[in-house]
Amino acid sequence: MTRTMNRRMRRVGALVTAGVLLAGLAACSSSDPGTSAASAGPEGVDDGTSLTLWTRAPLEKQANLLVDAYNASHENQVKLTVVPNDDYVAKVGAAAGSNSLPDLFAADIVYVPNWVKQGLFQDLTANIDGLDFKDSINKGHLAAGTADGKEHVLPFVLDLSMLFWNKALATEAGLDAEAGPADLAEFAEWAKAIQGLNKPDTYGTATGLNCGGCLVFTWFPSVWAADEQVMNEEGTESLLASDTAKEIYSTWADLWKSGAVLPSSKDEAGPTWTAGFTEGKVGLMPYPATLLSSTPFDVGVSGIPSPKGGGSTFVGGDGIGVSKDSKKAAQAWNFLNWMMSEEAQVGVLAKDNDVVSRSDLATNEYSEKDPRLITINEVAGEGDTPVSLNFQEAFNSPTSPWLTLVRNAVLEGTDTVDADNDAITDVLSQ
Amino acid sequence: MSVTAPLIPAEMTPPPRRRRRTSGRAGIGWLYALPTALFVLFLFILPLLLVFKMSASDWPLLGGDQGWNFPENYASAISNRFFLDSVLFTLKYTVLATILLIGLGLGLALLVQESSRWKGFLRASFLIPSALGLASASLLFYVLYSPIAGPFAELTQAWGFTFLGTPDAALWSTLFLIVWRYAGFYMLLMLVGLQGIPDEVYEAARIDGSSRWQTFRHVTIPLLKPTLALTTVLCVTGSLLAFEQFYILTKGGPDNSTITVVQLIYSVAFQGQNDLGVAGALSVIVLAALVVINIVQIRGFSRKVED
Repeated sequence: MTRTMNRRMRRVGALVTAGVLLAGLAACSSSDPGTSAASAGPEGVDDGTSLTLWTRAPLEKQANLLVDAYNASHENQVKLTVVPNDDYVAKVGAAAGSNSLPDLFAADIVYVPNWVKQGLFQDLTANIDGLDFKDSINKGHLAAGTADGKEHVLPFVLDLSMLFWNKALATEAGLDAEAGPADLAEFAEWAKAIQGLNKPDTYGTATGLNCGGCLVFTWFPSVWAADEQVMNEEGTESLLASDTAKEIYSTWADLWKSGAVLPSSKDEAGPTWTAGFTEGKVGLMPYPATLLSSTPFDVGVSGIPSPKGGGSTFVGGDGIGVSKDSKKAAQAWNFLNWMMSEEAQVGVLAKDNDVVSRSDLATNEYSEKDPRLITINEVAGEGDTPVSLNFQEAFNSPTSPWLTLVRNAVLEGTDTVDADNDAITDVLSQ
Repeated sequence: MSVTAPLIPAEMTPPPRRRRRTSGRAGIGWLYALPTALFVLFLFILPLLLVFKMSASDWPLLGGDQGWNFPENYASAISNRFFLDSVLFTLKYTVLATILLIGLGLGLALLVQESSRWKGFLRASFLIPSALGLASASLLFYVLYSPIAGPFAELTQAWGFTFLGTPDAALWSTLFLIVWRYAGFYMLLMLVGLQGIPDEVYEAARIDGSSRWQTFRHVTIPLLKPTLALTTVLCVTGSLLAFEQFYILTKGGPDNSTITVVQLIYSVAFQGQNDLGVAGALSVIVLAALVVINIVQIRGFSRKVED
């Protein structure tokens, strides 16, 4: 009996050794380049391959619509995995380390420059240059995915920050619900007027004062609308102590002190930062345009104004590319090529009241029915996408110096904007 | 069971056969140990070696191993702008959590042991929270504490406070969650310890005319020392490694006031710097600190037990 045991053990040992060897082989072979995206021609290959695609939860709805429409009309089948927003970087990082990234994956556009630099995406220059509508693809997204003149990323879903106001509440407060506030001071007046209705559980405005990403998304446009910048061109120096920026902080500090801001905004770290408005409890706020289709009441929409008026937007959302680990690049390109087509942009995204990522399709049968979509599409052209390698650590992370700056300036009322701005520069310039 | 147990080995291994099969038995011994050994090797020793290697390498999250970077990782780990704050906060949290949990655990155990009528009900109600995972419990409290969705939303609005709004409130709200989640578990450990104390000792104390407090102070506590040592070590180690509750409830906020050491490791690795090398260095520092702290604790307790 002992002998059989030993023999069995030897067999197990052999299996283990073989497994280790196989794993080693697999690790080697995955570094070989698979079929390249360019070799398969402009359309890519549609041969019934199954592709994997990862995206983060905030864009789940749009991703589902796109994937369902693609699967219904193609031989290739895309399997979508939606990851919670906060876990996405960790999941992609772990997969990148073990060479097991999915064929296609989307990335928050502010992380794209860093991820491209780390080599997570395959070079798609030849394919993208081959698109005859290349010049009308959203420039901010393309630029974020370009490194050393090589393009890696296409816009997956655009998420714009726009000023939304609840028309019923605005009218009730005696405001012109069709026009909307013209500059930041009027925005504050509106918020106070709606707060002044003294309706139970209703507030002037709201934001996420413990959510770096929300604040970047909703406050940067106020700087851009004044024709100023938030960072230098290389993304290594923060310019968030300018007079315009200080005026934005003091406007919000005043709103906070006057009690016109939803109280939970103070601790809002992101998950429910839009909930108050969606429930009709908030008068007006800078809000993600992707939520237009799921806002159940009548809202007005405009660009986010600066203290001097005007309007701009943060062209956020996700870029998508073919991962370094994909051996099905030709099939993956087939999905990307279809995603940029009029069929997908208008037939799927515009139909769902989402923003299209091609300016030549901005006016389409669906946007013509809703003037708000035309406003959004027009402002999208004037919007901006900030590019910096250390963006996550400087702005999005829960321990970012940007959050310290905003919380000091708005909640504490301290006079430390210049010093806090230097702390952001320290992180950006690492 | 105690009657049948000795019979089985006697039947299976008659003495004369034992000598002949010594080498085979050693083989079987190894075989029995093998599953555990493999587990330890693949799930403990290899990851540990990997962390050591990581801590000495330039290893960005998305870029993989970029080669040797030995003292620099440790230098930037210690000079991280949250390093000192997170160490101090973790120690503060550990002291508070340990005092609360050990105190309450012992109190509840005494209560449950004394009361006879409600015994079952009390035991169950203290123990049920332990059936919930810590992350799920944290999510539950995230909603309970939420100033928008929580059941206390109106109350907090009327009284003008928030559960997680100020550094102190966030710390105590998290401690409440931890006490709710773990008090039952520590009660159970204490109960086992209490039931291990023979009745005769109590009887002797009673005959000697000792008061309740004297019995507790001079009989229960000394005889409970092994249990107290175990629970303290468990509680201190667990609290020093606190992560889920703060990750879900406070995310280190408000104003970076509730960052624990493990959270710092996570944020260096995954939320910004994305530097596994520095995160690895921090992990090794924490590991070393834990080893030292546990040696000190175990030595301290074993000396007292001998006394």
